[in-house]
Amino acid sequence: MDKSLGFYGSSVGKKMWMAVTGIIMFLFIFVHMIGNLQIYIGPEALNRYGHFLHSIPEILWPVRIILLLCVLVHIVAAVQVWLQSYGARPVKYKIKKDPAVDYAARTMVWSGPIILLFIIFHLLHLTFGSVYQLHYTANGQIDVFRNVVSGFQHPGIAIIYIVANLLLGFHLYHGLWSLFQTLGVSHPRFNHWRRIFAIIFAYAIAIGNISIPVSVWAGWVH
Amino acid sequence: MKLTLHIWRQKNPQDKGRFVTYHLDDADEDMSFLEMLDVLNQHLIEKGEEPVAFENDCREGICGMCGMMINGLAHGGMKGTTTCQLPLRHFKDGADITIEPWRSRAFPVMKDLIVDRSAFDRIIQAGGYISVNTGNAPDANTVLISRDTAELAMDYAECIGCGACVAACPNGASMLFMSAKIAHFSLLPQGQVEADKRVKAMVGQMQKEAFGACTNYTECEVACPKEISISAIARMNHDYLKAFWPGRAVGGGKHVA
Ligand code: SF4
Ligand code: FES
Repeated sequence: MDKSLGFYGSSVGKKMWMAVTGIIMFLFIFVHMIGNLQIYIGPEALNRYGHFLHSIPEILWPVRIILLLCVLVHIVAAVQVWLQSYGARPVKYKIKKDPAVDYAARTMVWSGPIILLFIIFHLLHLTFGSVYQLHYTANGQIDVFRNVVSGFQHPGIAIIYIVANLLLGFHLYHGLWSLFQTLGVSHPRFNHWRRIFAIIFAYAIAIGNISIPVSVWAGWVH
Repeated sequence: MKLTLHIWRQKNPQDKGRFVTYHLDDADEDMSFLEMLDVLNQHLIEKGEEPVAFENDCREGICGMCGMMINGLAHGGMKGTTTCQLPLRHFKDGADITIEPWRSRAFPVMKDLIVDRSAFDRIIQAGGYISVNTGNAPDANTVLISRDTAELAMDYAECIGCGACVAACPNGASMLFMSAKIAHFSLLPQGQVEADKRVKAMVGQMQKEAFGACTNYTECEVACPKEISISAIARMNHDYLKAFWPGRAVGGGKHVA
Protein backbone atom coordinates (compact mmCIF):
# COMPACT_ATOMS: atom_id res chain seq x y z
CA MET A 1 0.00 0.00 0.00
CA ASP A 2 1.30 3.42 -0.89
CA LYS A 3 1.20 5.49 2.28
CA SER A 4 2.76 8.48 0.55
CA LEU A 5 1.02 11.83 0.93
CA GLY A 6 2.81 13.41 -2.00
CA PHE A 7 5.99 15.45 -1.84
CA TYR A 8 4.58 18.46 -0.01
CA GLY A 9 2.32 16.33 2.20
CA SER A 10 5.05 15.55 4.72
CA SER A 11 7.11 17.88 6.88
CA VAL A 12 10.18 16.54 5.04
CA GLY A 13 8.87 17.93 1.74
CA LYS A 14 7.71 21.19 3.31
CA LYS A 15 11.14 21.77 4.77
CA MET A 16 12.74 21.21 1.38
CA TRP A 17 10.56 23.98 -0.01
CA MET A 18 11.66 26.14 2.90
CA ALA A 19 15.30 25.36 2.15
CA VAL A 20 15.03 26.14 -1.57
CA THR A 21 13.07 29.37 -1.08
CA GLY A 22 15.50 30.24 1.71
CA ILE A 23 18.45 29.84 -0.66
CA ILE A 24 16.82 32.14 -3.23
CA MET A 25 16.07 34.78 -0.60
CA PHE A 26 19.58 34.47 0.80
CA LEU A 27 21.10 35.02 -2.67
CA PHE A 28 18.96 38.12 -3.06
CA ILE A 29 19.93 39.42 0.36
CA PHE A 30 23.59 38.88 -0.40
CA VAL A 31 23.48 40.71 -3.74
CA HIS A 32 21.35 43.43 -2.15
CA MET A 33 23.98 43.95 0.53
CA ILE A 34 26.87 44.06 -1.93
CA GLY A 35 24.95 46.62 -3.98
CA ASN A 36 24.19 48.73 -0.93
CA LEU A 37 27.82 48.79 0.15
CA GLN A 38 28.35 51.16 -2.79
CA ILE A 39 27.16 53.81 -0.37
CA TYR A 40 30.82 53.93 0.73
CA ILE A 41 31.90 54.87 -2.79
CA GLY A 42 29.65 57.91 -2.76
CA PRO A 43 26.20 59.28 -3.62
CA GLU A 44 26.69 59.05 -7.40
CA ALA A 45 27.63 55.36 -7.32
CA LEU A 46 24.69 54.34 -5.13
CA ASN A 47 22.21 56.44 -7.10
CA ARG A 48 23.49 55.16 -10.44
CA TYR A 49 23.07 51.59 -9.15
CA GLY A 50 19.56 52.35 -7.89
CA HIS A 51 18.50 53.84 -11.22
CA PHE A 52 20.08 50.97 -13.10
CA LEU A 53 17.98 48.44 -11.14
CA HIS A 54 14.78 50.33 -11.89
CA SER A 55 15.62 50.88 -15.55
CA ILE A 56 14.89 47.29 -16.67
CA PRO A 57 11.32 46.37 -15.69
CA GLU A 58 11.69 43.07 -17.58
CA ILE A 59 14.13 41.99 -14.85
CA LEU A 60 12.84 44.01 -11.92
CA TRP A 61 9.33 42.62 -11.94
CA PRO A 62 10.12 38.92 -12.40
CA VAL A 63 12.62 39.23 -9.55
CA ARG A 64 10.06 40.93 -7.34
CA ILE A 65 7.41 38.31 -8.13
CA ILE A 66 9.78 35.40 -7.52
CA LEU A 67 10.87 36.90 -4.21
CA LEU A 68 7.28 37.47 -3.14
CA LEU A 69 6.42 33.87 -3.98
CA CYS A 70 9.48 32.67 -2.05
CA VAL A 71 8.45 34.69 0.99
CA LEU A 72 4.92 33.27 0.83
CA VAL A 73 6.00 29.63 0.42
CA HIS A 74 8.66 29.99 3.13
CA ILE A 75 6.10 31.38 5.58
CA VAL A 76 3.24 29.01 4.78
CA ALA A 77 5.52 25.98 5.09
CA ALA A 78 7.09 27.35 8.29
CA VAL A 79 3.67 27.82 9.90
CA GLN A 80 2.58 24.31 8.89
CA VAL A 81 5.79 22.76 10.20
CA TRP A 82 5.50 24.73 13.43
CA LEU A 83 1.86 23.69 13.91
CA GLN A 84 2.81 20.04 13.50
CA SER A 85 5.26 20.30 16.38
CA TYR A 86 3.02 22.52 18.46
CA GLY A 87 0.70 19.68 19.42
CA ALA A 88 3.37 16.98 19.58
CA ARG A 89 4.09 17.30 23.30
CA PRO A 90 0.86 18.13 25.15
CA VAL A 91 2.29 17.22 28.58
CA LYS A 92 5.56 19.06 29.18
CA TYR A 93 8.54 17.70 31.08
CA LYS A 94 9.07 18.94 34.62
CA ILE A 95 12.80 19.08 33.89
CA LYS A 96 14.14 19.16 30.33
CA LYS A 97 17.69 19.94 29.28
CA ASP A 98 18.59 20.67 25.66
CA PRO A 99 22.40 20.50 25.53
CA ALA A 100 22.55 20.64 21.71
CA VAL A 101 20.10 23.42 20.89
CA ASP A 102 21.74 26.77 20.14
CA TYR A 103 20.18 30.19 20.50
CA ALA A 104 19.75 30.75 16.76
CA ALA A 105 17.90 27.47 16.24
CA ARG A 106 15.62 28.08 19.18
CA THR A 107 14.66 31.58 18.04
CA MET A 108 13.93 30.83 14.36
CA VAL A 109 10.23 31.00 15.09
CA TRP A 110 10.67 34.53 16.49
CA SER A 111 13.38 35.90 14.23
CA GLY A 112 11.34 34.91 11.15
CA PRO A 113 8.17 36.94 11.83
CA ILE A 114 10.18 39.90 13.12
CA ILE A 115 12.26 39.92 9.93
CA LEU A 116 9.01 39.82 7.94
CA LEU A 117 7.71 42.88 9.81
CA PHE A 118 11.04 44.57 9.20
CA ILE A 119 10.88 43.86 5.44
CA ILE A 120 7.44 45.49 5.32
CA PHE A 121 8.79 48.48 7.25
CA HIS A 122 11.86 48.64 5.00
CA LEU A 123 9.66 48.75 1.87
CA LEU A 124 7.41 51.42 3.39
CA HIS A 125 10.48 53.41 4.36
CA LEU A 126 12.63 53.32 1.25
CA THR A 127 10.42 52.06 -1.59
CA PHE A 128 7.00 53.55 -0.93
CA GLY A 129 8.16 56.55 1.09
CA SER A 130 5.32 56.28 3.57
CA VAL A 131 7.54 56.74 6.64
CA TYR A 132 9.31 59.90 5.47
CA GLN A 133 8.87 61.89 2.30
CA LEU A 134 11.36 60.52 -0.28
CA HIS A 135 14.08 62.83 -1.63
CA TYR A 136 14.60 63.37 -5.35
CA THR A 137 17.66 64.58 -7.20
CA ALA A 138 17.69 67.74 -9.32
CA ASN A 139 16.78 65.78 -12.46
CA GLY A 140 13.74 64.25 -10.77
CA GLN A 141 15.15 60.78 -10.09
CA ILE A 142 14.93 59.16 -6.71
CA ASP A 143 17.88 60.12 -4.47
CA VAL A 144 18.66 56.75 -2.92
CA PHE A 145 21.70 58.05 -1.06
CA ARG A 146 19.89 60.99 0.57
CA ASN A 147 16.93 58.78 1.56
CA VAL A 148 19.16 56.26 3.27
CA VAL A 149 21.33 58.83 5.04
CA SER A 150 18.48 61.06 6.21
CA GLY A 151 16.53 57.98 7.33
CA PHE A 152 19.38 56.57 9.40
CA GLN A 153 20.00 59.95 11.01
CA HIS A 154 16.88 59.24 13.04
CA PRO A 155 18.20 57.03 15.88
CA GLY A 156 14.92 55.11 16.07
CA ILE A 157 15.10 54.10 12.41
CA ALA A 158 18.77 53.16 12.70
CA ILE A 159 18.02 50.96 15.73
CA ILE A 160 15.21 49.16 13.88
CA TYR A 161 17.61 48.35 11.02
CA ILE A 162 20.37 47.25 13.36
CA VAL A 163 18.16 44.97 15.47
CA ALA A 164 16.47 43.46 12.42
CA ASN A 165 19.79 42.66 10.79
CA LEU A 166 21.11 41.10 14.00
CA LEU A 167 18.09 38.80 13.96
CA LEU A 168 18.65 38.14 10.26
CA GLY A 169 22.18 37.09 11.15
CA PHE A 170 20.84 34.61 13.72
CA HIS A 171 18.21 33.35 11.29
CA LEU A 172 20.90 32.74 8.66
CA TYR A 173 23.28 31.15 11.18
CA HIS A 174 20.79 28.32 11.64
CA GLY A 175 19.15 28.42 8.20
CA LEU A 176 22.31 28.35 6.10
CA TRP A 177 23.52 25.29 7.97
CA SER A 178 20.12 23.63 8.26
CA LEU A 179 19.41 23.75 4.52
CA PHE A 180 22.23 21.31 3.75
CA GLN A 181 20.84 18.82 6.24
CA THR A 182 17.29 19.28 4.93
CA LEU A 183 18.29 18.83 1.30
CA GLY A 184 20.37 15.80 2.19
CA VAL A 185 23.75 17.34 1.39
CA SER A 186 25.98 15.57 3.88
CA HIS A 187 29.33 13.86 3.76
CA PRO A 188 31.97 13.40 6.47
CA ARG A 189 34.50 15.04 4.14
CA PHE A 190 32.73 18.39 3.99
CA ASN A 191 30.24 18.40 6.87
CA HIS A 192 32.29 20.76 9.04
CA TRP A 193 32.30 23.25 6.14
CA ARG A 194 28.51 23.50 6.35
CA ARG A 195 28.78 25.24 9.70
CA ILE A 196 31.71 27.38 8.59
CA PHE A 197 29.76 28.45 5.49
CA ALA A 198 26.78 29.45 7.63
CA ILE A 199 28.94 31.39 10.08
CA ILE A 200 30.81 33.29 7.35
CA PHE A 201 27.70 34.38 5.49
CA ALA A 202 25.59 35.09 8.57
CA TYR A 203 28.34 37.40 9.85
CA ALA A 204 28.96 38.93 6.41
CA ILE A 205 25.31 39.86 5.94
CA ALA A 206 24.81 41.12 9.47
CA ILE A 207 28.04 43.15 9.58
CA GLY A 208 27.68 44.47 6.02
CA ASN A 209 24.15 45.70 6.54
CA ILE A 210 24.61 46.99 10.07
CA SER A 211 27.72 48.92 9.06
CA ILE A 212 25.56 51.32 7.03
CA PRO A 213 23.36 52.78 9.80
CA VAL A 214 26.38 52.76 12.12
CA SER A 215 28.46 54.72 9.58
CA VAL A 216 25.68 57.24 9.06
CA TRP A 217 25.34 57.62 12.79
CA ALA A 218 29.05 58.04 13.30
CA GLY A 219 29.05 60.69 10.58
CA TRP A 220 31.36 58.72 8.25
CA VAL A 221 28.70 58.77 5.55
CA HIS A 222 26.76 62.01 5.18
CA MET B 1 24.38 6.09 48.88
CA LYS B 2 21.25 8.11 49.61
CA LEU B 3 18.95 9.34 46.86
CA THR B 4 15.80 11.45 46.71
CA LEU B 5 13.65 10.32 43.80
CA HIS B 6 10.79 12.28 42.26
CA ILE B 7 8.98 9.73 40.14
CA TRP B 8 6.01 10.18 37.83
CA ARG B 9 3.17 7.92 39.00
CA GLN B 10 0.17 7.37 36.76
CA LYS B 11 -2.29 4.48 37.27
CA ASN B 12 -3.47 4.14 33.67
CA PRO B 13 -3.69 6.10 30.41
CA GLN B 14 -6.75 8.01 31.70
CA ASP B 15 -5.25 8.96 35.07
CA LYS B 16 -3.91 12.51 35.31
CA GLY B 17 -0.74 11.38 37.09
CA ARG B 18 1.52 13.17 39.57
CA PHE B 19 5.04 13.16 40.98
CA VAL B 20 5.68 11.18 44.16
CA THR B 21 8.87 11.63 46.19
CA TYR B 22 10.72 8.62 47.60
CA HIS B 23 13.81 8.50 49.79
CA LEU B 24 16.15 5.62 49.14
CA ASP B 25 18.91 4.98 51.71
CA ASP B 26 20.38 1.70 50.52
CA ALA B 27 21.37 2.49 46.95
CA ASP B 28 24.86 1.42 45.92
CA GLU B 29 27.02 3.21 43.40
CA ASP B 30 27.77 -0.10 41.67
CA MET B 31 24.09 -0.62 40.92
CA SER B 32 22.63 0.18 37.56
CA PHE B 33 19.77 2.64 37.43
CA LEU B 34 17.22 -0.13 36.93
CA GLU B 35 18.66 -2.15 39.84
CA MET B 36 18.15 0.94 41.97
CA LEU B 37 14.50 1.02 40.86
CA ASP B 38 14.26 -2.71 41.68
CA VAL B 39 15.43 -1.97 45.23
CA LEU B 40 12.93 0.85 45.54
CA ASN B 41 10.15 -1.41 44.25
CA GLN B 42 11.12 -4.12 46.76
CA HIS B 43 10.63 -1.59 49.57
CA LEU B 44 7.30 -0.49 48.08
CA ILE B 45 6.09 -4.09 47.82
CA GLU B 46 7.12 -4.75 51.44
CA LYS B 47 5.11 -1.71 52.49
CA GLY B 48 2.14 -2.98 50.49
CA GLU B 49 2.37 -0.16 47.94
CA GLU B 50 2.16 -0.40 44.16
CA PRO B 51 5.68 -0.74 42.66
CA VAL B 52 6.85 1.73 40.02
CA ALA B 53 6.10 0.34 36.57
CA PHE B 54 8.90 0.58 34.03
CA GLU B 55 9.75 -1.40 30.91
CA ASN B 56 12.89 -3.45 30.59
CA ASP B 57 14.04 -6.68 29.06
CA CYS B 58 17.67 -7.19 28.08
CA ARG B 59 19.37 -4.92 30.63
CA GLU B 60 22.36 -4.82 28.33
CA GLY B 61 21.45 -1.91 26.10
CA ILE B 62 20.09 -3.75 23.09
CA CYS B 63 16.32 -4.08 23.41
CA GLY B 64 15.42 -0.42 23.66
CA MET B 65 12.68 -0.80 26.27
CA CYS B 66 14.07 0.98 29.30
CA GLY B 67 13.90 4.58 28.13
CA MET B 68 12.98 7.26 30.65
CA MET B 69 13.73 10.91 31.22
CA ILE B 70 16.20 11.31 34.09
CA ASN B 71 16.79 14.85 35.33
CA GLY B 72 15.77 16.23 31.96
CA LEU B 73 18.05 14.00 29.90
CA ALA B 74 16.97 10.90 27.99
CA HIS B 75 18.48 7.73 29.49
CA GLY B 76 20.19 9.97 32.06
CA GLY B 77 22.47 11.71 29.59
CA MET B 78 25.55 9.52 29.83
CA LYS B 79 27.06 9.32 26.34
CA GLY B 80 25.98 6.25 24.40
CA THR B 81 24.25 4.63 27.38
CA THR B 82 20.76 3.25 27.95
CA THR B 83 19.04 3.58 31.31
CA CYS B 84 19.71 -0.09 32.12
CA GLN B 85 23.44 0.46 31.58
CA LEU B 86 23.56 3.70 33.53
CA PRO B 87 25.58 3.24 36.74
CA LEU B 88 24.57 5.08 39.91
CA ARG B 89 28.17 6.26 40.06
CA HIS B 90 26.99 8.80 37.50
CA PHE B 91 25.12 10.58 40.35
CA LYS B 92 26.37 12.19 43.55
CA ASP B 93 25.50 10.77 46.96
CA GLY B 94 22.41 12.60 48.21
CA ALA B 95 21.35 13.55 44.68
CA ASP B 96 17.83 14.63 43.75
CA ILE B 97 16.67 12.66 40.71
CA THR B 98 13.52 13.40 38.74
CA ILE B 99 12.27 10.50 36.62
CA GLU B 100 9.60 11.02 33.97
CA PRO B 101 8.23 8.94 31.11
CA TRP B 102 8.86 10.01 27.48
CA ARG B 103 6.55 12.92 26.72
CA SER B 104 5.08 12.77 23.25
CA ARG B 105 1.56 12.72 21.89
CA ALA B 106 2.67 9.79 19.73
CA PHE B 107 3.81 7.86 22.84
CA PRO B 108 0.85 7.81 25.25
CA VAL B 109 1.74 6.95 28.86
CA MET B 110 0.31 3.54 29.79
CA LYS B 111 1.42 3.42 33.41
CA ASP B 112 4.03 5.29 35.46
CA LEU B 113 7.16 5.28 33.26
CA ILE B 114 5.81 3.00 30.53
CA VAL B 115 4.79 4.54 27.22
CA ASP B 116 3.25 2.92 24.16
CA ARG B 117 5.73 3.11 21.28
CA SER B 118 3.47 1.34 18.74
CA ALA B 119 3.76 4.38 16.48
CA PHE B 120 7.34 3.22 15.78
CA ASP B 121 6.06 -0.24 14.87
CA ARG B 122 3.59 1.25 12.40
CA ILE B 123 6.39 3.23 10.75
CA ILE B 124 8.42 0.04 10.41
CA GLN B 125 5.40 -1.86 9.06
CA ALA B 126 4.94 0.82 6.42
CA GLY B 127 8.29 0.08 4.79
CA GLY B 128 11.05 -1.01 7.16
CA TYR B 129 11.62 -4.34 5.48
CA ILE B 130 13.16 -5.91 2.39
CA SER B 131 11.67 -8.64 0.22
CA VAL B 132 13.95 -11.62 -0.35
CA ASN B 133 13.48 -15.15 -1.60
CA THR B 134 13.47 -17.48 1.34
CA GLY B 135 15.11 -20.89 1.25
CA ASN B 136 18.73 -21.79 1.79
CA ALA B 137 21.10 -19.14 3.05
CA PRO B 138 22.80 -17.52 0.04
CA ASP B 139 26.45 -18.36 -0.62
CA ALA B 140 28.91 -16.05 1.01
CA ASN B 141 30.19 -13.08 -0.99
CA THR B 142 27.69 -13.40 -3.83
CA VAL B 143 26.64 -9.81 -3.15
CA LEU B 144 29.71 -7.63 -2.75
CA ILE B 145 29.55 -4.73 -0.32
CA SER B 146 32.55 -2.59 0.48
CA ARG B 147 33.73 -2.65 4.04
CA ASP B 148 33.08 1.07 4.64
CA THR B 149 29.53 0.77 3.35
CA ALA B 150 28.87 -2.30 5.46
CA GLU B 151 30.24 -0.55 8.55
CA LEU B 152 28.13 2.56 7.97
CA ALA B 153 24.99 0.48 7.39
CA MET B 154 25.75 -1.34 10.64
CA ASP B 155 26.10 2.00 12.46
CA TYR B 156 22.58 2.90 11.37
CA ALA B 157 21.28 -0.60 12.04
CA GLU B 158 22.29 -0.18 15.66
CA CYS B 159 19.11 1.79 16.41
CA ILE B 160 17.19 -0.06 19.12
CA GLY B 161 13.93 1.86 18.72
CA CYS B 162 14.06 3.20 22.25
CA GLY B 163 12.40 6.51 21.42
CA ALA B 164 14.97 8.73 23.15
CA CYS B 165 15.30 10.79 19.96
CA VAL B 166 11.59 11.64 20.02
CA ALA B 167 11.66 12.22 23.77
CA ALA B 168 14.64 14.57 23.60
CA CYS B 169 13.56 16.47 20.48
CA PRO B 170 12.06 19.86 21.37
CA ASN B 171 9.72 19.27 18.41
CA GLY B 172 8.88 15.68 19.33
CA ALA B 173 10.02 14.56 15.86
CA SER B 174 10.87 10.95 15.01
CA MET B 175 13.34 11.67 12.24
CA LEU B 176 16.41 10.02 13.76
CA PHE B 177 14.66 6.71 14.37
CA MET B 178 13.03 6.65 10.96
CA SER B 179 16.13 7.77 9.12
CA ALA B 180 18.33 5.21 10.89
CA LYS B 181 16.08 2.48 9.51
CA ILE B 182 15.87 4.00 6.03
CA ALA B 183 19.60 4.81 5.79
CA HIS B 184 20.50 1.30 6.87
CA PHE B 185 18.55 -0.19 3.93
CA SER B 186 19.42 2.53 1.46
CA LEU B 187 23.15 1.81 1.81
CA LEU B 188 22.86 -1.86 0.94
CA PRO B 189 22.04 -3.50 -2.41
CA GLN B 190 19.25 -5.54 -0.80
CA GLY B 191 17.46 -2.32 0.08
CA GLN B 192 17.44 -0.85 -3.41
CA VAL B 193 14.44 -2.68 -4.87
CA GLU B 194 11.94 -0.96 -2.60
CA ALA B 195 14.02 2.16 -1.93
CA ASP B 196 11.65 4.80 -3.33
CA LYS B 197 8.51 3.12 -2.07
CA ARG B 198 10.05 2.68 1.37
CA VAL B 199 11.03 6.27 2.03
CA LYS B 200 7.68 7.56 0.75
CA ALA B 201 5.68 5.07 2.81
CA MET B 202 7.63 5.48 6.06
CA VAL B 203 7.66 9.28 5.90
CA GLY B 204 3.96 9.16 5.00
CA GLN B 205 3.23 7.00 8.04
CA MET B 206 5.29 9.28 10.28
CA GLN B 207 3.12 12.13 9.07
CA LYS B 208 -0.04 10.29 10.09
CA GLU B 209 1.29 9.65 13.59
CA ALA B 210 1.40 12.45 16.15
CA PHE B 211 5.11 13.25 15.78
CA GLY B 212 6.38 16.79 15.42
CA ALA B 213 8.44 18.17 12.55
CA CYS B 214 12.23 18.27 12.49
CA THR B 215 13.91 21.68 12.54
CA ASN B 216 17.47 20.37 12.81
CA TYR B 217 17.96 21.09 16.50
CA THR B 218 20.27 18.00 16.61
CA GLU B 219 19.12 17.19 20.13
CA CYS B 220 18.31 13.60 19.02
CA GLU B 221 21.90 12.84 18.08
CA VAL B 222 23.12 13.79 21.56
CA ALA B 223 20.39 11.79 23.30
CA CYS B 224 20.67 8.61 21.22
CA PRO B 225 22.15 5.77 23.31
CA LYS B 226 23.44 4.21 20.09
CA GLU B 227 25.00 7.50 18.95
CA ILE B 228 23.22 7.43 15.58
CA SER B 229 24.42 10.45 13.61
CA ILE B 230 22.08 13.01 12.03
CA SER B 231 23.83 12.10 8.77
CA ALA B 232 21.14 9.38 8.71
CA ILE B 233 18.52 12.14 8.48
CA ALA B 234 20.39 13.82 5.63
CA ARG B 235 20.57 10.50 3.79
CA MET B 236 16.85 9.93 4.26
CA ASN B 237 16.08 13.45 3.02
CA HIS B 238 18.25 12.80 0.00
CA ASP B 239 16.39 9.55 -0.67
CA TYR B 240 13.06 11.33 -0.26
CA LEU B 241 14.02 13.96 -2.82
CA LYS B 242 15.25 11.26 -5.19
CA ALA B 243 12.07 9.22 -4.79
CA PHE B 244 9.92 12.15 -5.89
CA TRP B 245 12.30 13.29 -8.63
CA PRO B 246 10.43 13.57 -11.94
CA GLY B 247 11.10 10.67 -14.27
CA ARG B 248 11.57 8.03 -11.58
CA ALA B 249 9.68 4.79 -12.19
CA VAL B 250 6.57 4.31 -10.04
CA GLY B 251 7.25 2.18 -6.98
CA GLY B 252 11.00 2.59 -6.95
CA GLY B 253 14.03 1.67 -8.93
CA LYS B 254 15.39 3.37 -12.00
CA HIS B 255 13.83 3.41 -15.45
CA VAL B 256 15.26 0.65 -17.54
CA ALA B 257 15.88 2.00 -21.00
S1 SF4 C 1 17.70 6.58 16.80
FE1 SF4 C 1 18.72 6.29 18.78
S2 SF4 C 1 17.38 7.40 20.22
FE2 SF4 C 1 16.17 7.06 18.36
S3 SF4 C 1 15.07 5.15 18.70
FE3 SF4 C 1 16.99 4.61 17.64
S4 SF4 C 1 18.43 4.13 19.29
FE4 SF4 C 1 16.73 5.21 20.26
S1 FES D 1 16.57 -2.98 29.12
FE1 FES D 1 17.07 -3.43 27.06
S2 FES D 1 18.05 -1.59 26.43
FE2 FES D 1 17.72 -1.24 28.54
